[in-house]
Amino acid sequence: MAQSDTAEAIRTTVTAPQKIPVTLTVNGARVELAIAPWTTLLDALRDRLDLTGTKKGCDHGQCGACTVLVDGRRINSCLTLAVMKEGAEVTTVEGLATDGTLHPLQQAFIDHDAFQCGYCTSGQICSAAGLIAEGKAKTADEIRELMSGNICRCGAYPNIVAAIQQAMERS
Amino acid sequence: MNPFHYTRASDVSDAIRQIAADPAAKFIAGGTNLIDLMKYDVEHPARLVDISHLPLRSVEETSGGGLRIGALVPNSDLAYHPLIEQRYPLIASAILSGASQQLRNMASTGGNLVQRTRCFYFYDAVTPCNKRQPGSGCSAISGINRINAILGTSEACIATHPSDLCVALAALEAIVHVVGPAGARAIAFSDFHRLPGDTPQRDTNLEPNEIITAIELPPKGFRANYSYLKIRDRLSYAFALVSVAAALELDGDTIKEARLALGGVAHKPWRVTAAEAALRGQRADAGAFAQAADLVLRGAKGYGHNNFKIGLARRAIVRTLSQAARGTPQSQSVKKIR
Repeated sequence: MAQSDTAEAIRTTVTAPQKIPVTLTVNGARVELAIAPWTTLLDALRDRLDLTGTKKGCDHGQCGACTVLVDGRRINSCLTLAVMKEGAEVTTVEGLATDGTLHPLQQAFIDHDAFQCGYCTSGQICSAAGLIAEGKAKTADEIRELMSGNICRCGAYPNIVAAIQQAMERS
Repeated sequence: MNPFHYTRASDVSDAIRQIAADPAAKFIAGGTNLIDLMKYDVEHPARLVDISHLPLRSVEETSGGGLRIGALVPNSDLAYHPLIEQRYPLIASAILSGASQQLRNMASTGGNLVQRTRCFYFYDAVTPCNKRQPGSGCSAISGINRINAILGTSEACIATHPSDLCVALAALEAIVHVVGPAGARAIAFSDFHRLPGDTPQRDTNLEPNEIITAIELPPKGFRANYSYLKIRDRLSYAFALVSVAAALELDGDTIKEARLALGGVAHKPWRVTAAEAALRGQRADAGAFAQAADLVLRGAKGYGHNNFKIGLARRAIVRTLSQAARGTPQSQSVKKIR
């Protein structure tokens, strides 16, 4: 093959990755993005949609600070590609309150002083919302186990469990 | 993460066509392990073929009395599926002992089988690792090897397979259904994962361009006498140092059939059928369990930091078999070990 043919073959087979159009419903609002495939849902929320309530802690699925609800289920947004969630409904901590009234979990976290630095809190609250929707946790032991994907470096765990119990009783 | 192309597969045939067309392509389903490895520059696919939307999400009873689980059923859905809870509680228990609920909501059944080791050196791209870079050497053998294998190791690799689900699937003799360019085939669970030998870069016997479509469970679920005990450095959300799946069929105090598989100790779920055979016909007591444990651990070898695993595994086997025999399986929420 002549050199120019080789170059042509490379030009036709190797193309730069393209941005991909994605439509999401985030906190009830439809958003359309053109996004690079390697953008995580976490980065799309924070950097493209300015929803910085969702935190980047470890960025490796080990801390839970990035927890959001996708189609009602809690997931780690740092290990999710935004392009894979075409058509999904995403709820972040910014979307939990309704008409200016705090979500029962948000109020419970305040009532029980369930945080110190607050960095893990939005992930804790979104995770707890998912936990309550799942309906599998009844006892404190079960809450602790099913919340183990959310690390709190300040060690507010007893208060977090108490806050979730309060919200569970009132929901 | 490296830049990559992204395409969606429209069906299983299209997925196989797309993966075969690009040697640097990988499938993505739940993504919980692959995206993490891409962030660490351990995996760097030029293309991701998204299979997460394929219709492989059902759990169906087979004509033979077993269960066929679609490869894309999320781990959490599988653990809480009524047929799994009622007939295969060992599977539910093993799944719920692993990861976090967020990760279980994302991770797929098929992906669980092909997740990669959590050996520190595999993840650390600047150190030698034969699994990551064949021929570069094993840093774990003379390094920090507390989490590494004690059975089935080679001079090339002492990594462990990290799955809990796979330990239960090994004990229950599951079957892995795969499809590739050459058609469909079924792989016995014991033949699915490999020992490291001199090719530790190959975790499984899945051929290039093959896709897992389903996991089949045989009819026997051992729902009356089972337990999954996982020992780790913290009580939840950690990989096993040693885990044990035990399942018994009893006739009074006598063992009619026994299944035993270990996690956290080898490159694949560790099952010794001779130990199970030795339990058959015996009284279900600590003496018989200790004898089985010795058979399972025959040839076990520590590498320094992980020497403790041999004694720990021995005690864990006896304890888990006792729990199974009593019909009091380990709770995965109340952590007290009885």
